[in-house]
Order: sequence, then C-alpha cells, then structure tokens
Amino acid sequence: MIRINCPYCGERDHSEFSYGGDATINYPSLDASEKEWTEAIFFRKNIKGFQFETWHHSNGCRMWLVVERSTVTHEIKSVKPCHPDLQKVVENNK
Amino acid sequence: MITRRLDNYGKINRDKILSFRWDKKIYKGFEGDTLASALLANNIGIVGRSFKYHRPRGIFSSGVEESGGLVTIGSKDRRDPNVRATTQELYNGLEASGQNAFPNVNFDLAGINNFLGRFFAAGFYYKTFMGIPPFEWGKGTAIWMFFEKFIRKAAGMGSASGLPDPDSYEHAHDFCDLMVVGSGPSGVAAAIEAAEKKLDVILVEQDSLIGGDQLAENNFDNSQIKKQLENLGIKIMTRTTAFGLYDNCVVGLLERVTDHIAAPDVNIPRQRFWTIRAKHIIVGAGAIERHIAFNNNDIPGVMTVNASKHYLNRYGVLTGKKIVIATNNDSVYETAQQLSEAGANVTVIDSRTNFKIETNKNYEIRKGYVPYNINGSKKINSLDISKSENINKSETINCDQVLLSGGWSPAVHLLSHRGVRPKWDYHNACFLPSDTKENITMIGSSRGLWNKNDCIASGIAGTTDALNRLGISKTNYFFPKPGGWKNPIQPLYEVKYKKSRSKSFVDYQHDVTSDDVRLAHREGFISVEHLKRYTTLGMANDQGKMGNIIGLSLMAELLNKEIPEVGTTVFRPPYTPVSIGALSGRNVGKHFRPLRVTPMHQWHIDHGAKMIEVGLYQRPWYYPKENETLSDSYIREATTVRKTVGICDVTSLGKISIQGPDSNEFLNRIYSNGFSKLQVGKARYGIMLRDDGIVMDDGTSWRLAENEYFMTTSTGEAAKVMSWLEELLQTRWTDLKVNVTSVSEQWAGVSVAGPKSREVLNNCVDDSLVITNNNLPFMGIASTFLKGNIPCRIARISFSGELAFEVYVKSDFANTMMDLLWKNTKKYNGCLYGLEALGALRVEKGHVTAAELDGRVTIDDAGLSKMASMKKSYIGSAMRKRGVLKNNDREILVGFFPTNLKETFNAGTIVCEKNNIKGQGIGRITSVTYSPELRHWIGLGFVKGGLDKWKDTTLVGADPVRNKQMNLRVVSPHMIDPKGERMYA
Ligand SMILES: [Zn+2]
Repeated sequence: MIRINCPYCGERDHSEFSYGGDATINYPSLDASEKEWTEAIFFRKNIKGFQFETWHHSNGCRMWLVVERSTVTHEIKSVKPCHPDLQKVVENNK
Repeated sequence: MITRRLDNYGKINRDKILSFRWDKKIYKGFEGDTLASALLANNIGIVGRSFKYHRPRGIFSSGVEESGGLVTIGSKDRRDPNVRATTQELYNGLEASGQNAFPNVNFDLAGINNFLGRFFAAGFYYKTFMGIPPFEWGKGTAIWMFFEKFIRKAAGMGSASGLPDPDSYEHAHDFCDLMVVGSGPSGVAAAIEAAEKKLDVILVEQDSLIGGDQLAENNFDNSQIKKQLENLGIKIMTRTTAFGLYDNCVVGLLERVTDHIAAPDVNIPRQRFWTIRAKHIIVGAGAIERHIAFNNNDIPGVMTVNASKHYLNRYGVLTGKKIVIATNNDSVYETAQQLSEAGANVTVIDSRTNFKIETNKNYEIRKGYVPYNINGSKKINSLDISKSENINKSETINCDQVLLSGGWSPAVHLLSHRGVRPKWDYHNACFLPSDTKENITMIGSSRGLWNKNDCIASGIAGTTDALNRLGISKTNYFFPKPGGWKNPIQPLYEVKYKKSRSKSFVDYQHDVTSDDVRLAHREGFISVEHLKRYTTLGMANDQGKMGNIIGLSLMAELLNKEIPEVGTTVFRPPYTPVSIGALSGRNVGKHFRPLRVTPMHQWHIDHGAKMIEVGLYQRPWYYPKENETLSDSYIREATTVRKTVGICDVTSLGKISIQGPDSNEFLNRIYSNGFSKLQVGKARYGIMLRDDGIVMDDGTSWRLAENEYFMTTSTGEAAKVMSWLEELLQTRWTDLKVNVTSVSEQWAGVSVAGPKSREVLNNCVDDSLVITNNNLPFMGIASTFLKGNIPCRIARISFSGELAFEVYVKSDFANTMMDLLWKNTKKYNGCLYGLEALGALRVEKGHVTAAELDGRVTIDDAGLSKMASMKKSYIGSAMRKRGVLKNNDREILVGFFPTNLKETFNAGTIVCEKNNIKGQGIGRITSVTYSPELRHWIGLGFVKGGLDKWKDTTLVGADPVRNKQMNLRVVSPHMIDPKGERMYA
C-alpha cells in the first residue's frame, strides 16, 4: 500500500486519497483553441520513473497535493500542496 | 505405512485427550496435535484423492507446503474445504472428511480416472474445450458442454457449503518499527536484538507455537524464549500468517483466532485480517524441503524427511516401521539417526557417492543410489532403487515408508511479492533472495543458511541492517555465507522411469507429472509462465511450494539450459490461502457499504414509506396506502401532485456553500450558462461540463448575498462536483478568492409541489408575504422563518413542472419541518410522494437525470443548447465544439410513446428502424413511466438525428433481454405543459 505523507495530516494510507492526474499540465485559458485544449487533456506521457501527479486527500483534509512518485517502485520523493501560496506556508513552517 | 504413537516422544499434552471424527468414525488424539499428526497416530494413511486421477493421497509434510492432506473441516454452513490437515490444530469434536472421493477416500469409484490418465494429461481442458483433435475443430465445444458437468464433478477439490458464512471476521490495524516474520532461531534473534535497541517490534508466527524448525528437536522447550521476548515488550502474534508484503513496508496478516477452538465465543471473530505498517521488515520464513520426482512417488507413505522428524519429536508419532530415506544432501542424517533410535528400521539411499557423514551406524547408508519406483497402490509395499550412475531398477527394498529430501528451497515468497526476483545458487541448488532497496531484510534459512548458529548470526545482522537503514545506527555487519553442509548437495530432481506411462509427480496437488511437463514442451510451451498455465503446475493453492523447482529443472533439461536461464515463477500474495470472509471483514450484509439516511429517515418510515437505495442514500420510494402496489401508489402520488400538492424529501441532493469575492467569477467559469447577471435573491439552473465538453452535472446555485452562493448538485455526483471545485481552486485558478464547503449534511430539504403548494407554505411560514408571486417569482429565493421560529431557505424551483418550492432547514429541524408541512399538506388533500412519483413527474416534463446524463451526453444531445452561453468562455466551451460532438449523427434527447398506447416498455430498450432490428440500433430508451396525466406509458431516451428526423416515422423498440418488441412514436421530450405555464403560476 502506498503511504503518502500529507503536509497537513502526516503519513496516511493511499486509500484515504483519490488519484488526480498529471500535475505538470498547464491548462490553457478558457478561451484557448480546441487544439490547445486537446493537447492539454488528451495527450499524456507514459512515464517510467518519477513523475509529478496530483492526489486529493479526499478522506482527510481535502487538500490537493503534488506527489512526486516513481511509477516503477511507488517510491515517493516529495509531497507538497498544489496551491503555490500554501506551498510557501508549508515551506516556512518546516 | 504403519504409523503409531510413541510413549516417550513429543510435546503433546497426554493428559488432555481429544476425540474427533474422520470420515464418520470417531478417533482420539491429544492436545497439541494437528489433524495430520492425530490421523497418523491412528495409522490413517489415505486422507484424500488426487485432483485429476483420484489416486489415493497421504500426508506429505508437516506444514503449510502440504499438497496431499487437504481435507474438509466442519459441516453444514461451517464446512471449510481444502484445509491443510498439517496446520489444522486438533480440538475436541473436530469433524473432518476426505475430499474428491465417492463414496470415500479408501474406495473411490472415480479411481478409474487413473487408468484414463492419457486423456487427463496437460492441456486436457484446453484441447477438449477448443475442439483440437481427437475431436474435430468446433465440435469439441459441444462435447465439452456435454461432459463438462461430469468432468467438473470428477476433478477438483473440496466443495464449499454454498450457505451464508455464520462466522464473523474483522479487520485490524497496527504500526511498528520492525516486523519480524517467523519465530525460528533467526527471527527470535533479530527480534531480541531490535527490542534491546529500543525498536517497537512485532513478531509473527504462522504456527500455534514459537520456535520454527526447532519444534522438531526432541528437547526443545520454547518457554524461556517466550518469556524473554515478552519481557522485552515484543508483541508476539502466533497463529498469524504474513501472507503478503506491499508497498511502503505494509504487511498483510491473517490471524486465525478461533479455528483451533471447539466452541468459540460467538462474540469473537473467527479470523482477523491485519494491515500492519512497519518501518522495516525482517523475513525469517524458513526453507521448504523438496521431494524428488520418480515413478509412483505419491503413494501414501511418501513424506518429506523433515516432516517425519516433526511428527516424531513434536507429536510423538513414528511415521513408519521400515523406512527408506532418499536424499541428495546432508540434512537427513540427524533424522535417520533419531528415527532408528525411536525403533524404525532405517535405510538411507544417497545419490552421492563420494561424501563423509558421521553416524553411529545403527542404520544403513547406500551411497550412489536413487529411488526409482514405488510398488503398491494404497500403501507402499517396496521401493525399487537404482544406481545414480546408470538409471534402471537395480534392486528392491521392502519398506512401508519412503522419506524424500531433494534439497531445500528458501521461502523467498514474501520478497517475491515485492517484485524482487531470486537468484539461482548452483552450490546449494536453490533460489536465494536478491537484495532490495526497500526496507526488507531476509535472514535465516530464507537466505539459504542451513546451520542454526549461522541463522542466529543472520538475525542479529538483519537487525543491524534495519537499524542502519532506519538511520538509527551505522554499524558494520556481515551475513554468514549461504549453505553450511559438510558435503555439497548433488542436484537431483527427477529419476526417469524407463517404461512408458510413468506417474512421476512434480506437483502433487494438481496431479502434474514429469510426462506432463515434457508433453507441454513438445507442444511448444517453452516459456516457464506458459508451461505453468498449460500444465497448471504450481497453480494449486500451495502454489507449488514443494514442486516448482522440479518443474523448472525439467524444463531446463528439455531446453538444454540451466535453471536460472529458464527463469523462476513470480510468487504473488497470498503466501497461504486467505478466506473471503477475512478479506471482507465486517463489510458484509447491511455493512457492505456505508448507509446514508436523511435526517427525516425515521419520519418517512413512520409515515408508511417504502425505502429504496439511491447510491448510498436511502430515500422514500413510495408511500402505499392499505393494499396499494408500487404502481397504484406512485400513480396516485403523481396525480395528487398535479391536482393539489405533494411533499418529497430532496435532502440527498449535494449542497455546497460558495463564499468569497470571486464567487461569481468562479460560477461563471464552471457553469455553461451565464451567472454574471444573477441577482442577489435569485437562483439559477446551471449545467457543468467536463474539460472534454461532456456534461458533468446539473443543479442550481442560489445567490444568497453579493459574495455568497448556495449550490445544489445531483445526488449521485455530489462528491465528484465537490472534489472538482476544490481541484479547480487549488490547482488551476489559484488566484481566485473563493472558498467552497460541503454543507450536504447540514441542510434538510423538501420539495413542496403542486397547484396548492403556495397555500400549504402560507400556513407554514411566519410571514406569508415573503412567498407571494411578486416577492418570490419563479427562481426566486428567500431566507425566512417557518412557524416556530425555524430559520429556512425557500427557492421557487420546480422539477415536476408544477408550481413548486424547495424548502431547506438546518438538519436538526428536519422532523419539525416535516410535521408542519405534512399537517398543512393534508388540509389540501395532498400527499407524501416518493422517488417513483418524482420520476414519473420529471419524465412527463422531460427533465434529465443521471439516467440520461451518463457521461457520454453533450449539452446539445440533451436538448439544452440554450444553456450554452455564446457570450463567455467556460470549462468545456472549446471542447464541446469539437467535430465528433457536433456531427449530425449524434443521439438526441426525445420522448417516446408506444404506438399502441396500451403497450408498455422498459428502460434499456434499444430503438431500431423498422426493417433493421439489430446491434445497437439508432437509439435507446433511458427512463420510462406510466404517465398519470397522459394515461399511458411514456419514455425518455435518445435517437440519432432526434425528433425532427423521426417524428413521422414508426420505430421499433427491441428489448431482447425481456423478449419484448413494440412499435414506437418519437415525440418531444416535453410531454406535458411544454410552455411551463404551471411553473410560473
Ligand atoms: Zn491531509
């Protein structure tokens, strides 16, 4: 079982979380073209190794987190809040 | 085989006599016995019939690797099939029976399969099923259909009771610094070392006693060890199997709490399924002795050498009178000595010619001999042996038991669960665990150490490794080298029989012979994974713990390769079988999933509601009067709503509080329709799309104040919408100042619908001026009070098409609100209505729900194009215009009438053109109801091209599942009051 160290709640089982998706996508603006949106939502890299992905602590603090996880070993290198302001808060509190 | 109990041996409690039933006869055993040891003590040699050939099978081992002594324990609803007799502890009154035999294991009619063996060889099922010769292509299937039930009855294991499981099970959780698996010398050493270094340690042992293989030593006493472990604060879990290792040092355990108790307390679970989160895991799971493949190597009386040592010293059972031990390694000689001291006549045949062993010579050693063939069928009469140099029968030894030791396989299973492939060690002829980066350390004979002192040293080294990896210490350590025998092992896996048709078993439990492996190879199965599946080698519930290596060696020989080149099979959890009951724990019956009820749940039941599950929610389905059926009831309820008034619980809708200065901008981005001009005091129906342009959900948002909204979502999508809003705010639009809070549980809601609904509410609110048509027009909202000073929110929203209001109060006031509304509803001859009537009303009106918005439907498909703003961009606005979502061939929402208005139809009906009834047709019916207003059945659904294309054409509704077919007329989905005059009244 993957264990995720939520910056707010501590280390918890992955069953408390919901998987989001690729955390590196820059979603285009709402008035962007169909082509840009197609690129953003349908094309994904199939990474072997570490990737940044979002997880929602849905049965916990309900924060969206960026998790750096290996798709091969499930090893997790880092967990941060998605929201940049909250990232700073967490950093400062370390 | 002649087995008997000895007086001066064993650690059983002879003061406590237990009686048990085996195949309907009563026998006696002692406390401390397993079923296997008790059967052997009673000289019962045949305990089952084999999987395919129904050959008599005895007990091969004394542990979890058992592949012969599988029995059924208990009766009726407590019948538990395929239990290993070797690990089942005896208790008073235990009932057990042999499996896969009729009428019993001693005389089994299906034993004839043994002579039809050639038809049951590898791939039998595939060949017959696929129709490969001898049956013609395509015809095999029919033959299979005919024979299947006979074959299924003839081949197999024990059968399940088919009754609900009366026992309870539970899930439990724990944490520790170090989990030690196995309580042999290495595990105990590791645990003690770790506890002394202040680690929090859990030690698990699958046996009822700690000690591991030491339990087979005649003077071993574990009480001192136990005391020491306990004094150090180590949590000891016996009768507990670590069945699987998972990511991040999570270990799955199965604790057998009452399987050894005659009459367990009903309040105690039978088994406990543990999830342990450790920081480091040390595995000292031991090693498993292998057998040797040769002709008739499965006759009852064949056993591993180590098993007979266990039976002698732990259970006081001497397993034979004239015993031949066949081996290729040093591990058997201590046992040979002890067996002969206990009174057996022992001969050791060793495949090696050149080796030295210290012995007191009260048994014979034949160097350079291997077992060739066993004579006998239900018991061993004699053993033909062969010179290892030149394989052929050279002489015959009279005996009643043959003990085998073809080498030892370290139990690398748990490490294999982590995807770590073991590596082949030529010197010790076994797979050894490879290193891993994870916090797992293998110790003891699990890493190929055969001496007790080496095992102890490895336990201490293992803990040092753990301390280093956990960053607690930085100490040098080393593990002893694998091995430890004086003379090297000589690989010996199979002794080939010279005559044709041999029965030389590789996998006892699945009846896989060495000829099967060769047949599979001849038929082209050269990958070990394919071989495994084709022959089913190692696929029984013992996962080939004894026979896998023999199978690999046979493949290696056939392919002219070495064993490591052929590969090893990957072991997967569970190490030993885990019952379904333990997996489900308490999540059965009513507790299968969480149950959600609205705060007025009991109120509905008290008022005669029949409830129905909607997702996790229990909602009122209908409120029958006297003898009313479901249809009587919902038709009356819906008619009453249209005529006067009805009230309906809508609490299960998702409710989200949206606050903050950017709330309006936020809503304007997530809804497809405009929200920027929504005034305070007004609500609006809105549709949300996904990024890809498909409809996600629909609902309403009420502007309570400049920067505060109250959003409702559908019941089914509530959680998803909440997560989606949080995702957008936390990941994409991080500059928006908006806060979202789920308030679904905080508010109780009721819909008051029907021409008399305003009159009902007039009697219920403090100030009836608030709800006049002027002050509360269609889609208007008000924050006001119900009588009794109950704060409430009222919106004029209609799902039924009638004049209607949704009233929300804090959940605590739900019952008071219901009483108040119901008292006044009755005054107007109104009714309570449930989900069925709600459905009828909304289908008549053409409102879509989850049945229509199924994740494939666009806003245009749902006939809601007007809800897509042209003036702004929103989530999905670009993607909803992509080609595939715009093509003319899409299925569009329509209404359906049966052409013959007396006919009925069902949701799921496929809509087809008249002379082309096939496949997926051109559309589908998603919701149906009897329309009280129109007085016939109506449906909502989709058809390619929509109403314009088909309004004058008769289509056909095909319902192959229910064997129905009817002619259909396509109509507008707005089947009553299309202009909405009633809603605005
Ligand atoms: Zn959290």
